[in-house]
Amino acid sequence: MAAPELPVTKAVRALLARDLTLAIRHRGEMANPLIFFVMVATLVPLGVTPEARELARLAPGMIWVMALLSSLLSAETLFLSDHRDGTLEQLVLSPQPLWLLVLAKVLVHWLVTGLPLTLLSPLLGVMLSLPAAGYGPMMASLALGTAALSLIGAIGAALTVAIPRGGLLLSLIVMPLYMPVLIFGASAVQQAVDGMAPSGPLAVLGALLAFSCLMSPFATAGALRVSLHG
Amino acid sequence: MLECREIAYERDYVPVFSGLSLSLSGGDMLQVSGPNGAGKTTLLRLLASSLTPSEGEILWRGIPLGQRFGEFRNDMLYLGHQPGIKGALSPRENLAWLESLGAPGRETVDAALAAVGLAGLEDVPCHTLSAGQQRRVALARLRLSSAALWILDEPFTAIDRDGVAALEALILEHARQGGIVVLTTHQALGLPGVRLLALEPHGRA
Repeated sequence: MAAPELPVTKAVRALLARDLTLAIRHRGEMANPLIFFVMVATLVPLGVTPEARELARLAPGMIWVMALLSSLLSAETLFLSDHRDGTLEQLVLSPQPLWLLVLAKVLVHWLVTGLPLTLLSPLLGVMLSLPAAGYGPMMASLALGTAALSLIGAIGAALTVAIPRGGLLLSLIVMPLYMPVLIFGASAVQQAVDGMAPSGPLAVLGALLAFSCLMSPFATAGALRVSLHG
Repeated sequence: MLECREIAYERDYVPVFSGLSLSLSGGDMLQVSGPNGAGKTTLLRLLASSLTPSEGEILWRGIPLGQRFGEFRNDMLYLGHQPGIKGALSPRENLAWLESLGAPGRETVDAALAAVGLAGLEDVPCHTLSAGQQRRVALARLRLSSAALWILDEPFTAIDRDGVAALEALILEHARQGGIVVLTTHQALGLPGVRLLALEPHGRA
């Protein structure tokens, strides 16, 4: 006979399943940031220059800026609907540790935004004539970086969830925290394109992810309690 | 079991109520009444530990709430105005995950849904159900939980006459088994032995 499941793992598993189901049922909404990501990439060659050499110079930074903006777009939705229908209060009042539930929500958020974005990025690399050496580091940096962005965005989303039209405030709060991720993410790709090893910036990105993984769930849980106190 | 000592609550420096004391033990039912804006929901959220009082303290089984949130929340079920039912999920999916949040109860999800009159509707998306049916989905949680303290904010909203009678019976049964029920409603209830607490609008000229 299997050991009885702990209430905590049961709650986290149920929340993961619920959020994934919701994401699949609302796939139109989830696709929005991705469509934005791809659309900007198609517009850049048309608006700037179709010349491969010029584009290749822009590509690493361009792809990362777009990834950051589309992650910002989706961060707002992280807790919004849960707040409106009272689910958030149920989460906060549950006996399970809130930071763990938050981590589960952020994980699903990354699975439906950051991960597809990472998987789509080679397509964008082709559109922006990214040199061949850049593809591996681009995907690696995006995988690490978007996870960090989701975790950081969660703090801002939790702080602004109870504020009407908090989207702008959310951008102001998380933008400065997004910057290191952008800088090291773009430079990982750039270094690879320039023929250097991208391991340095990638290691920093990994460290940023580890650090935000450690801090963000607690900060987000605290911010949610503050937001619901109003 | 649940005790409030001289609690006061201020919102933006405006007192909502002050000097409120009450004590509830197993088997008690409390109906909080008062005009709109008197602070009924605020009081319920204070009791549910969603808010903390500006003054005074709330004790559960003799221990101040601030010290033992985990234990208290295991013992408490709070249904607010918005009961956390997702329109895109079916009643069964909604209850399956809401049930996992708290202490597991006696009945299965399907049995609870059948008991609130939603047999046959377990798998339709909740947004296709009527307001009363959605409320019934939320109320099915009462049957799924083993919590001793029920805090119900306007549980009778949008519920038809049969549903009200069934819910009253459920509340009486819970109290008879030693549970505590705190609820707000504007309806006259058929709950023998229910205690009343009338809140007055505070600080109004």
